[in-house]
Amino acid sequence: MSEELQSLSEYELAARQQETKRNWLLCTPALVVLLLAASGPLLVMLFYSFLKSGDYGGVIYEFSLDGWFNVFLVRDIFDDVLQFADAHLSVFWRSIKLSAMTTITCLVIGFPTAYFIATRPRQSRNFWLFLITIPFWTNLLIRTFAILELIRNNGILNNLLIDLHLISEPIQILYTDTAIMIGMTYVYLPLMILPLYASMEKLDFQLVEAAYDLYATRIRVLRKVIIPLIKPGIVAGSILVFIPSLGAFVTPRVLGGGKNLMLGNLIQLQFDQGQNWPLGAALSITLLLIVMVTLLMYVRYAQNSGAKNG
Amino acid sequence: MADPVAISVNQVSKKFGQGKDAFFALDQVSVDIRENEFFTLLGPSGCGKTTLLRLIAGFEHPTGGYIKLHGEEISHLPPFKRPVNTVFQNYALFPHLTVAQNIGFGLDMQDKPAAEVEATVTEMLQLVQMESMRDRRTDQISGGQQQRVALARALAPHPRVLLLDEPLSALDYKLRKGMQIELKRLQLETGITFIFVTHDQEEALTMSDRVAVMNKGQILQVGSPNDIYDRPTHRFVADFIGDTNFLEAELVESASDSAVVKLASGKTLKTGPTDAGLNTTVSITVRPEQAVLIEDLDSADLQGTVTHVMYSGTDSHFHIELPSKEEFVAKVQNAGPTRRDWKTGQNVGIKFHDNVVQIVAG
Repeated sequence: MSEELQSLSEYELAARQQETKRNWLLCTPALVVLLLAASGPLLVMLFYSFLKSGDYGGVIYEFSLDGWFNVFLVRDIFDDVLQFADAHLSVFWRSIKLSAMTTITCLVIGFPTAYFIATRPRQSRNFWLFLITIPFWTNLLIRTFAILELIRNNGILNNLLIDLHLISEPIQILYTDTAIMIGMTYVYLPLMILPLYASMEKLDFQLVEAAYDLYATRIRVLRKVIIPLIKPGIVAGSILVFIPSLGAFVTPRVLGGGKNLMLGNLIQLQFDQGQNWPLGAALSITLLLIVMVTLLMYVRYAQNSGAKNG
Repeated sequence: MADPVAISVNQVSKKFGQGKDAFFALDQVSVDIRENEFFTLLGPSGCGKTTLLRLIAGFEHPTGGYIKLHGEEISHLPPFKRPVNTVFQNYALFPHLTVAQNIGFGLDMQDKPAAEVEATVTEMLQLVQMESMRDRRTDQISGGQQQRVALARALAPHPRVLLLDEPLSALDYKLRKGMQIELKRLQLETGITFIFVTHDQEEALTMSDRVAVMNKGQILQVGSPNDIYDRPTHRFVADFIGDTNFLEAELVESASDSAVVKLASGKTLKTGPTDAGLNTTVSITVRPEQAVLIEDLDSADLQGTVTHVMYSGTDSHFHIELPSKEEFVAKVQNAGPTRRDWKTGQNVGIKFHDNVVQIVAG
């Protein structure tokens, strides 16, 4: 009897092992693509960041810490005094600030939008979601130029405000941080709305009624019931907006003009006009580290505040 | 003397949709629900019982008429301003809170001091016998336990009226029986008015002080379970609750407390009162167990041929075809004194006791 059982479990074990092997085989293509397309270039970057810069771009295959050194410090051209790379730090700071503001703006605009869609009758929700995805149909560059057309000094918005006699002089929006933020909010808003919608759709609206019934005012229902329950959507949406914002390149380039650089532009500059590939590579790795640290901090914060609520 | 009125529903209508799609979920419904009463709204799905409950809770607002709570109009107050709490059909417990936090939610929202919340939560946990589950998450407890937490959560703020929306329908048979007794005990212990919605007639009869039977957005009859079962005034009420027979008869006498009808057989019967006009055809109803089968065809009120015998343990059901081709079912207790082994094809007489036949409208 017990022998029989044992042989049965051995058989099951073998079957399970085989299944595991099969599943691994199934994900091989994905693993190969990930290795080649994600880890490969990253390793190249890491490698380049420790090399010497070539005179006309490219790298010289000699070990050097100059790339990393230049991320944070600069040597004065006249007296060789070492100084903090203020320019780089201000770009880092601006990138983080603008990305955070973009994330918050997307959350503030996206939340009611997602709530609206999630509370529509089931049949019409797909239509609203479809509207959200329409901007994806057009090239990012073209959409960004459309925004430029909208907000430039002689553009649609300013002309309208002047025609309405609300202002006498055009407001300078283009080539400011505000312009970059408007652009990024526009570009990344769907990435906030979709995960928010996904978690709101699963929300049992009877819980909202239960909270109303138990003397919670509208604002408290939002704070005590809705937000805690859709937190996974808020976390996912914020990550999906914050990360690409941090590395955004086209939007700050077009709407921020030459002076309001973000990290993406700074990196691009090193590979292009700057002809300092190791510095560009080191900046890229730094960006990656910032993203990772921010992500870890955010996830830990979200978990903790989740635990507090139960 | 009846207790004072807790909830007064006056000519309340609720229309959903507009124009030709408009649909009246409730059509000029009026009812008074007394204090300390276990009041049940009974009816098939779509009859408007849940809509009426949601109007009292404040999740919906009436399109006509008004609702008063202890004499004060509440029809247009939001739910969080009404001293009325609801136990939802699927419990609607907050999944991100513990059992104790769920129970304390209403008190927290009323900004009660922490010590008072704590004390009430403990008291409520004792009331529903869930002390040991205090810090569990709501997905770590069984359906029956969730039901108890939902009850405790709704009772914790000491509402004037507790609304229960088919709270037992998700439980299995045994648990449901246990919870019926439990609910009745809670109602007596707390002295709170319970308004209970169900489509289960047995549940309604066993638990309620009074029952309102609803159909198609209207209340057809309000009365004690005994009234509703023995003295239905409406064909739907008689049909919905228990088994019954319907026959046609002619109204020959009508007084304020009784009436007399003439059956197809020519025999006359004393019945409960009716508003129907004299010499008109009326529907009468009689329960299967209220008919007696006899051999003496002459003294019987009706006679017919047994077409079908069904044995069901405690009773036997005899299906009898009347001369008018109507079918009549009589239920006879197998252990009772009136037992006879009637055979298929045999002619039998049917005799009614006094005052068991009711004239029904509709």
